[in-house]
Amino acid sequence: MMADLAIKLGLIGIFIAGFVLNVGGLHAWVERKQSALMQDRIGANRAFIILPWRWAAPINWLLRPLNVLGLFHPVADAVKMFTKEDFIPPKGDRFLHTLAPFVSMFFALAAFAGIPFGDRLVLGERVIELQIAKIDIALLYIFAMLSLGVYGVILAGFASKSNYALLGSLRASAQMISYEIALGISIIGVILIYGTLDMQEMVRAQGKLLFGFLPMWGIFLQPVAFFIFMAAALAETKRIPFDLPEGESEIIGYFVEYSGMKFGIFFMVDFIETVMVACLMTTLFFGGWQVPYLYPDGFHFPWGGVIPVNSLVYVLAGVASFTVKVLFFCWLFMTVRWTLPRFRYDQLMTLGWKVLFPISLVNVVLTALAVLVYKVVI
Amino acid sequence: MQIKKRELTFWEKIYLPEIFRGVWITSVHFFRNLAIHTAHRFGLLKNVRAGVTFQYPENPRPLFPRLRTRHRLTVREEGTPRCVGCMLCETVCPAKCITIVAGEHPDPNVEKYPVRFDIDLGVCVYCGYCVEVCPEDAIRMDTEILDVAAYSRAEMKLDMHELMNPQLRKPVKECTLKFPHKCAIHGGELRGDWRFVYGKNPEQIREEGWKEIQELSGKEH
Repeated sequence: MMADLAIKLGLIGIFIAGFVLNVGGLHAWVERKQSALMQDRIGANRAFIILPWRWAAPINWLLRPLNVLGLFHPVADAVKMFTKEDFIPPKGDRFLHTLAPFVSMFFALAAFAGIPFGDRLVLGERVIELQIAKIDIALLYIFAMLSLGVYGVILAGFASKSNYALLGSLRASAQMISYEIALGISIIGVILIYGTLDMQEMVRAQGKLLFGFLPMWGIFLQPVAFFIFMAAALAETKRIPFDLPEGESEIIGYFVEYSGMKFGIFFMVDFIETVMVACLMTTLFFGGWQVPYLYPDGFHFPWGGVIPVNSLVYVLAGVASFTVKVLFFCWLFMTVRWTLPRFRYDQLMTLGWKVLFPISLVNVVLTALAVLVYKVVI
Repeated sequence: MQIKKRELTFWEKIYLPEIFRGVWITSVHFFRNLAIHTAHRFGLLKNVRAGVTFQYPENPRPLFPRLRTRHRLTVREEGTPRCVGCMLCETVCPAKCITIVAGEHPDPNVEKYPVRFDIDLGVCVYCGYCVEVCPEDAIRMDTEILDVAAYSRAEMKLDMHELMNPQLRKPVKECTLKFPHKCAIHGGELRGDWRFVYGKNPEQIREEGWKEIQELSGKEH
């Protein structure tokens, strides 16, 4: 019992504290540097640590790459956020105002419990599922957590007692409703094909081959659902081109009355939701931790070659594959964020209700028919 | 005037191809710059620039030679200003930011020189008329000093010490001018002596100057 608890805590430590929070924190750096590179600039590189003493020369030499890359900027951000005044509007609700960022953060992090980041690891007699919570309906659980995260946003706007913040949270809730429907319906096709709501089983099903050579990844079976899911998921992260709830640059968003680390938490939640969505995209459409042609006993290439692989190496290769795919999607979302302008509000509603919603419905119907025909014929 | 809006084509209307095109353009920039930056770290491709950024305080942006920057007073080889106190710049200045108090120069070839020459940068509009109008090329705007900001209006006022020596910055600690001038550092009192400049008495300079003039005029007639 205690050993199980320790394993679960270890998984939480590795996946959430070790991977998600670090990638989320590094997004602050990636955002600056990647936007700079995309716009032919250099990017923030002025936060650096140089020790003034002679004996510290080796330490300075070690710190130099961090200084050059500007990696101390997230640290400087954190120091700034923690030392700023924590302002609560005098007429605002003190309790809810403080609660809101934590609600957002909690549900964003809790959703990660359903994400499988590797195949089951066998150590001696113990079998460890590389998924924090082994839930049969992990997909529903994740979507429930993501929807609950919106309450943090609504609370923030409501508790600030500021009209602008309230309008921002109204925009946020309207956007979330119009997108989560498309988001939910687009994955019904995926569920129909793999026939399960268990994320781990879904990833296992994606290891099979289509026509003998193509991995059965979601993108190949459900390309339409992939694009709908990507658009809706970008809206879910509340970032450009769907950043109407925030509108940092001009239209004022729901966290206008927040300062210091509470604002920082809302900012981090954006990044963590980006990682979350990248994890979902990977798991649902890009085979999760699957490496093409890699099976528990080794590589089986469609042209006939077989390379045996150690079981531990197999699991680690899966974790590495998952990490690479997630980082790729983080990069892709960042590229989209720095490429596209923001949608106008009516365009956003049109896109959500008149474009994505009908297409996703048609996709579900066609997929259901295809699955039926497939089962009847074969 | 009527502006005709261009109709979107079918491929632009369905939006997705245009998104791919935009992401393609930005990605090309991203990977090209990433490759060049990485090559720079290894000392390669140093002649290719990956960004348009100038690392400002260390590497200032190159300035165009005609750009008008902070003023300076040109200096004769013995360390006196070339200015002859003709007041043309003070007269032409549209912002009235120049204050000159002229004094008599012992050398009759020069006749006058500024005892005081102040420019209030807080008022100056950088029009460059003073440079255009100067018959002696005594004032120029080529110091390439752009950071003229200060904490008070008093600090925006430049006197002869800073104008003749653009390296000096406020607060100027000691007076470096040897000729007689109304020294702003010492509360406007008249300091300096021609003897420190020429090593001669003013009378001696005056006589030598007159001799020179007579010789020149004698040769001419």
